[in-house]
Amino acid sequence: MKFTEDHEWLRPEGDLIVVGITEHAAKELGDIVFVELPEIEAMVAQGDEVVVIESVKAASDILAPVDGEIVEVNSKLADNPGLVNEDPLGAGWFFKVRVDDMAVLDDFMDEDEYQDSIG
Amino acid sequence: MDDGQAIPLRRLPLHDLHVGQGGRMVPFAGWEMPVHYPAGVMAEHLHTRSAASLFDVSHMGQVLLRPRNGLDHLASCVEALVPADILGLPRGRQRYALLTDDAGGIRDDVMMANRGDHLFVVVNASTRDADLAHFRESLGHAEVEEAADRALLALQGPTAEHALGRLVPAVSGMRFMDVAIVPWGGMDLWLSRSGYTGEDGFEISVPATGAQTLAEALLAGGEVKLAGLGARDSLRLEAGLCLYGNDIDRTTSPVEAGLSWSIGKARRIGGSRAGGFPGADRILRQLELGPRRQRVGLQPEGRAPMRAGTAITSPEGHVGHVTSGGFGPTLQAPIAMGYVDAKLAQPGTRLNGDVRGRSLPVSVVPLPFVAPSFKR
Repeated sequence: MKFTEDHEWLRPEGDLIVVGITEHAAKELGDIVFVELPEIEAMVAQGDEVVVIESVKAASDILAPVDGEIVEVNSKLADNPGLVNEDPLGAGWFFKVRVDDMAVLDDFMDEDEYQDSIG
Repeated sequence: MDDGQAIPLRRLPLHDLHVGQGGRMVPFAGWEMPVHYPAGVMAEHLHTRSAASLFDVSHMGQVLLRPRNGLDHLASCVEALVPADILGLPRGRQRYALLTDDAGGIRDDVMMANRGDHLFVVVNASTRDADLAHFRESLGHAEVEEAADRALLALQGPTAEHALGRLVPAVSGMRFMDVAIVPWGGMDLWLSRSGYTGEDGFEISVPATGAQTLAEALLAGGEVKLAGLGARDSLRLEAGLCLYGNDIDRTTSPVEAGLSWSIGKARRIGGSRAGGFPGADRILRQLELGPRRQRVGLQPEGRAPMRAGTAITSPEGHVGHVTSGGFGPTLQAPIAMGYVDAKLAQPGTRLNGDVRGRSLPVSVVPLPFVAPSFKR
């Protein structure tokens, strides 16, 4: 599993990358009450706003960590957005994206580097 | 909005307690305020509805207006600033009042209490300095004194009476909007049975030096828990209460805001002291003829919250906007309020809200979202 400076995690799954947010991010956001996910088959570019997370406090954008095509989204979040708080690294995933080259993962932090970055 | 950089933030008398309890401190109206504690906004909100929570609202201004020519004369002078009935405010009672301006807008919303030989006023933090200047300029026959050495705590929820009653048994005799000064622990507590959550409860003004002792006494036993600004905001939104600067300001009139109930009967057309407050012509005319737009409750039909600033549309075009919006933990649904054209203000009217470029359905609903449980 790899991590971005924006507190997203990326997990390879075959030729896809699964994306979610870290426990640290979920805790910072607080009680999540709504998640707006991208359309399936959408082509996204790194830095695009692809997910909107609404907590009781405020709305936050999640940026696409890589270029690619959205092939699946976590439809369970529509009825149960709290999964992001309960299990951010597992059942609270956001979307799966197909990339040209899985080597793109090499650009991101590993877990130790991420943990160091959040102190 | 200030960026929190230019002016150093003021610290609450209970700052160390908040930090010690894991409070997340954020800048708000020039103060460093706890927005939530480790339990989080949702849990703090629900605890307030089911038990009781303690909120630090010491950022609000506490102002004493002392008359030089008797209380009735002072009340008359104050009536030149607000449309509320202040001359008719009985001793030991407080009343919600709006400071209006000449255009019929709202300078601030305040609580005014008759404490026998003077008036006690609680004003918003963001308007405190302007209000003090306004009082000093307009009330030549009063001494205007800020009680800057006192903290203000709000104890809110169905078990608030029980929790405060353990310290001050006399509070069980108070009813909604009563005020009293009672001794506790060698200090005078200035109590009012009121709050801004829709729950029964008390606001307690305490000398800053004794605030920690009082807070710890209220929190002892675990029945009362700390709650932050986040829960205070979602609670007041569910209760349909206005946040100054969001839902009301100098561009909104009391009538548009649905606050006509705070205009005393004696101050209305045909009343014994009709008018005589800033903007009276416009406000009383609106009261007779109806406003052009009205504050309403808005219930998004989906799960996406509609935040402040969300444009409200009908098939004919733009008809209003959201002034407060978020998620209602008691209802487990998004809720909002805002202004719409008066002809679209009837509950049941279906409109749309523009959320990130998408037009989502929203219904006009009656306020409040959660019925109040005051002890009248």
